[in-house]
Amino acid sequence: MSLIADSAAAAAQLLIAGDSTLGEITRLSIAVSASATFMGAVLGLPLGAWVALTTNRLRSPFIVVLNAALGLPPVVIGLVVYLLLSRSGPLGALGWLFTPMGMAFAQVLLITPIIAALTRQAIEDAHVDLRDWFSSMGMGTSARMQTLLYEARFSLVVVLLAAFGRAIAEVGAVMIVGGNIAGATRVMTTTIALETSKGDLPLALALGALLVAIVLVVNGIAHALKSRLQVRHE
Amino acid sequence: MSERGHPIVSLQQASLLVGAKSLLADISFDVHAGESVVVLGANGAGKSTLLKLLSGIYVPTFGTLDVAPTREQAFIFQRPPVLRRSALDNIRFVLRNRNLAKDNVTERATAALAIAGLTHVAQQQAKTLSGGEQQRLALARAWAMSPKLLLADEPTANLSPLATREIERTIAAIQAAGATLILTTHNLAQAKRVAQRIVFLDAGRIVEDRSATDFFAAPQSDAARRYLEGEVT
Repeated sequence: MSLIADSAAAAAQLLIAGDSTLGEITRLSIAVSASATFMGAVLGLPLGAWVALTTNRLRSPFIVVLNAALGLPPVVIGLVVYLLLSRSGPLGALGWLFTPMGMAFAQVLLITPIIAALTRQAIEDAHVDLRDWFSSMGMGTSARMQTLLYEARFSLVVVLLAAFGRAIAEVGAVMIVGGNIAGATRVMTTTIALETSKGDLPLALALGALLVAIVLVVNGIAHALKSRLQVRHE
Repeated sequence: MSERGHPIVSLQQASLLVGAKSLLADISFDVHAGESVVVLGANGAGKSTLLKLLSGIYVPTFGTLDVAPTREQAFIFQRPPVLRRSALDNIRFVLRNRNLAKDNVTERATAALAIAGLTHVAQQQAKTLSGGEQQRLALARAWAMSPKLLLADEPTANLSPLATREIERTIAAIQAAGATLILTTHNLAQAKRVAQRIVFLDAGRIVEDRSATDFFAAPQSDAARRYLEGEVT
């Protein structure tokens, strides 16, 4: 019991003192996951909208692949990205292995299917009441995608914040691709895993508390934003 | 071709099948520019389906349809679809979709709101408007597009008499701007006010197509007689 209490007290001291290592690791985590979320949005929002609206015969196989990708273990994604980015891999020339770019790349692969799958559902729901009207105006798939992505914007903000939460809480893929190099690719989750295995619980606990706080704040913002905007518009 | 020139709508021996079910069968009729046609019929007779066929939402399984192009049509639904944006922006949306010059979009949208008596709610979120106001907004969008053909599917269903009259006034404004009207309704008083001509549908077939005066004075079919006497809904 004293181990937990002592570690918690030391963790609190680190947080209060604004420990520089803690700050550096937290900033890198947020930067990597925010970049991944941005790229995931660029890819996943239009992909999900297209799958929701297309009548192409590839739609069904696409949905199966998307849904399957939701369940991919992060370590498998990490392994695949490692092979792609390794010196002899097809993307080795990029030099992204053991860099924040490589970690963001792995997180993009992890969260893009999540963003696309949730976007598909949001767009399909928004399309139900508007389908006949759009058809009567002769709107094509591209115009519908643009309109519905804007129409479903409140739901999609929540989707993106959920994706960010998923990315920043991930450990397996970034551990493999980033290598957990101090001062270079060490992020919150990989540090927690490392420090716990070393028995340095105060830093692990402080980072854990910060990670939980970030995820809570992000979800709180998502909820408040959606509620406030919906009240204004409905 | 009739003496009135080329029809704005010409449907010849058109049928619509969904699977093995026939929704419309052997429909033939022409509508000329400036006409005001009301489609009547019991629930499930095919009124809404016919309008959706004319607008291109459905494609006839058999037969031919010659109609004004989509960009010259406006469709008014029973439940008006509105976007999550202001009333003014809802009208701007359809104008931009029609590639109207950017400078003219706001001017035209503002004029459309005035025609529908909605100037005071221009900046209000469309989803927060009442049912009648949302329908007038849909009509304002239609007016803004200057359609040659206005298809209105029970536009006043579930609305108060006052709201109904406001909708009819806005429809009249769109007609005055040059639109031909095809409207479905269950409101016989409205049909008498609006229609020059009645097309009566029964089980997906046209059983009467006559002037409104003649139709209401002496319906020729049993189905129409029973409908007018309130024996079927």
